Amino acid sequence: MAKFQIKKNPKQYDAIIVGSGAGGGMSAYVLSQAGIKVLLLEAGPLYDPAKNITQLKWPYESPRRGASTQFRNFGDFDAAYGGWNLDGEPYTHKDGTKFDWFRSRMLGGRTNHWGRISLRFGPKDFKHKSIDGLGDDWPIGYDDIAPYYDKVDQLIGVFGSKENMPDHPDGIFLPPPKPRLHEVFIQDAGKALNIPVIPSRLSILTKPLPNNKDRGSCFFCSQCNRGCQVYGDFSSSSVLVNPALKTGNVDVIANAMVREVLTDNQGKATGVSYVSKDDMQEYEVSAKVVVLAASACESARLLLNSKSSNHQNGLANSSNVVGKYLHDSTGAGMGGIIPKLVGRKRYNEDGVGGLHVYTPWWLDNKKLDFKRGYHIEYYGGMGMPGYGFGFGMQNTNGKYPGRDGKQKAGGGYGASLKDDYRYFYGAYFGMDGRGEAIAREDNYCEIDPNTVDKYGIPVLRFHYKWSDQEVKQAKHMKDTFREIIHKVGGVITWGDDGPENDYGLQAPGRIIHEVGTTRMGDDPKKSVVNKFNQAHDCKNLFVMDGGPFVSQADKNPTWTILALAMRASEYLIDEMKKQNL
Amino acid sequence: MDRRKYLKTLAVGTVGAMSATALIESCKPEDKAKEIANAPTIDRTPAELEHYNKLMAEKFFDAHEMATIAVLADIIIPKDEKSGSATEAGVPDFIEFIAKDMPRHQVPLRGGIKWIDIHSMKKFSASFVECNPEQQIQIVDEIAYPEKAKPEVQQGVSFFNLMRDLTATGFFTSKMGIEDLGYMGNKPNQWNGVPQEVLEQYGVKYDQHTLDVCVKFDT
Repeated sequence: MAKFQIKKNPKQYDAIIVGSGAGGGMSAYVLSQAGIKVLLLEAGPLYDPAKNITQLKWPYESPRRGASTQFRNFGDFDAAYGGWNLDGEPYTHKDGTKFDWFRSRMLGGRTNHWGRISLRFGPKDFKHKSIDGLGDDWPIGYDDIAPYYDKVDQLIGVFGSKENMPDHPDGIFLPPPKPRLHEVFIQDAGKALNIPVIPSRLSILTKPLPNNKDRGSCFFCSQCNRGCQVYGDFSSSSVLVNPALKTGNVDVIANAMVREVLTDNQGKATGVSYVSKDDMQEYEVSAKVVVLAASACESARLLLNSKSSNHQNGLANSSNVVGKYLHDSTGAGMGGIIPKLVGRKRYNEDGVGGLHVYTPWWLDNKKLDFKRGYHIEYYGGMGMPGYGFGFGMQNTNGKYPGRDGKQKAGGGYGASLKDDYRYFYGAYFGMDGRGEAIAREDNYCEIDPNTVDKYGIPVLRFHYKWSDQEVKQAKHMKDTFREIIHKVGGVITWGDDGPENDYGLQAPGRIIHEVGTTRMGDDPKKSVVNKFNQAHDCKNLFVMDGGPFVSQADKNPTWTILALAMRASEYLIDEMKKQNL
Repeated sequence: MDRRKYLKTLAVGTVGAMSATALIESCKPEDKAKEIANAPTIDRTPAELEHYNKLMAEKFFDAHEMATIAVLADIIIPKDEKSGSATEAGVPDFIEFIAKDMPRHQVPLRGGIKWIDIHSMKKFSASFVECNPEQQIQIVDEIAYPEKAKPEVQQGVSFFNLMRDLTATGFFTSKMGIEDLGYMGNKPNQWNGVPQEVLEQYGVKYDQHTLDVCVKFDT
């Protein structure tokens, strides 16, 4: 039997980046363009949507017709490997609380699964404590990040429309697609109800991206979640990591599960140690700078597991704040049927992969009994059938007159039932609210003292509870959804929840927008990183995922992760040139 | 490549990576897929392939159970003037796979088949598949309408609801079923909005702001 040993990689890198999702991909892109020698470590396999293809496949090419599995929680065709539970990589909970942690270990990380919804935070989103007294203000404001949002828009591409809404800043947009039929109905309902319904803002190339020859344009198959063979949408692997590799300045090691950040006797980071999932051997690799972008919770876990005499509480944790202020977006949904759409004319209604219209937060919280807003995402129409198609017909076909105008008993069988599936196809629609939760110190992840994963790495233990703020927000969502559905002329078929289940408020973690675990701030006693994502306690260590968020907004976090990672990487380059690291 | 040619290339599925990349050579899941006969045509990880091969080597339903599923599936979705029957679309094989893939369905399906056999034994002294078509329909009529069904056949109603769901999904996700349904997507195209005659049918239109800002393509 071979003697247990740690293999040291002789190559000295300028920077090691842990994680290849939005933050890690952006950092690799920016650093490599500046000639910095980068090692990108990814805990999962390599992935390229042009080679690992599920796009433009038919339901019957999956024996389970696209149903979800333990290997792909969002279905057999989804690009993202993994899900809420990974074999051999557990996480635990404290005090009976609940938090579901979605992990996608693969090149590009969770950018392989998301709605491509690409929203800028607005000026108020950085200063909520000043507005409502809850949480904390960010150490930066909209003006600090706006130039980076502009650069991200131009580098990656996003469609949308100029609306001049101060809380929902416009970007440098490609043109949005026209609304689908149910979306036209929703727009009209919104006008009647005084609820804005505007073109969505998704990172999908409805037109060729200026000055980019590597990416094709959208061909409207509605399958962004499957990964795009022509790179017509954003995922970190195809849009950031690929061009970074082309510079020749980046090495990627896949299946490298980082164990800890290594430090010297002055407390500075010297590199990382990792276990290779390919050969189960232990490795060490060194660099002048370490960038953590492993996801908010995974980066917190890495810091807490990186203990040394200089960092007894875990690395960069003299504040004792690492892991705290964890918060995910709130989520609640409702759906129904639009009776006037039964028996509708067929045409190709795929469109882009996701909503063509959405509702940004439109009300003033001062006049409401909860403090933060939400946005609404819409879906429906004549989509490709998959597993679950037609389920529960007995609850539908008895409620509406059929094609012959006659009301019949729900359920049934035979030619009449067969025709009902055709008749009701394309008449269903639904909506989801995605709101801002309050960042609170007592919602956190920490190291479970008793549990390790199959690599021997101590795992995270979560403690998370929604407060009254989030529950009241969910109630408001449901009231709004009911109004919209009724105004559209629809009938609610699911999601009509009340206080008995907190208005259908989903468990923390389910929206996969978790942030806040390594929050930024000017005060090293109350924050983990400074306003350039640089650790207060360890100046050659950066965190560039969602961890540094002081507060999530009523927006999706990805565009802000990208802008902050770009900004932090440029700062890193400057500091490196000045030999400050 | 001009846009028309680009879409055409996509349509025949010959477009490769739009950018050369070192990743191409190292995509292990796909290499592995090629080694296995009847391998899935969609991207699979090694763990997924292993799971798939394991399921394909197993058999869950016996011949009698499969025959019962086939009879029920064709009662639920028969051949009509527009398309074929559930069995012609391969629904029983789909249900066999789902039972293996989603073990939570195993007891309800196996037990449900037993329930319907016992019920028809009591009624007609024969198992369900041995009954004649009129007798089979008589039994199905008892359990196919949840709101009209008698309390003593509630378990049969639950079973039939599950069979209806799986049969419908299996049928309308098959090639035959998708054609029947008239789903027209899953191919490269240019979205130009709802067809004008459809907007008119519902008495709606795009407002000027929408027309001004949205992407338009020459048709």
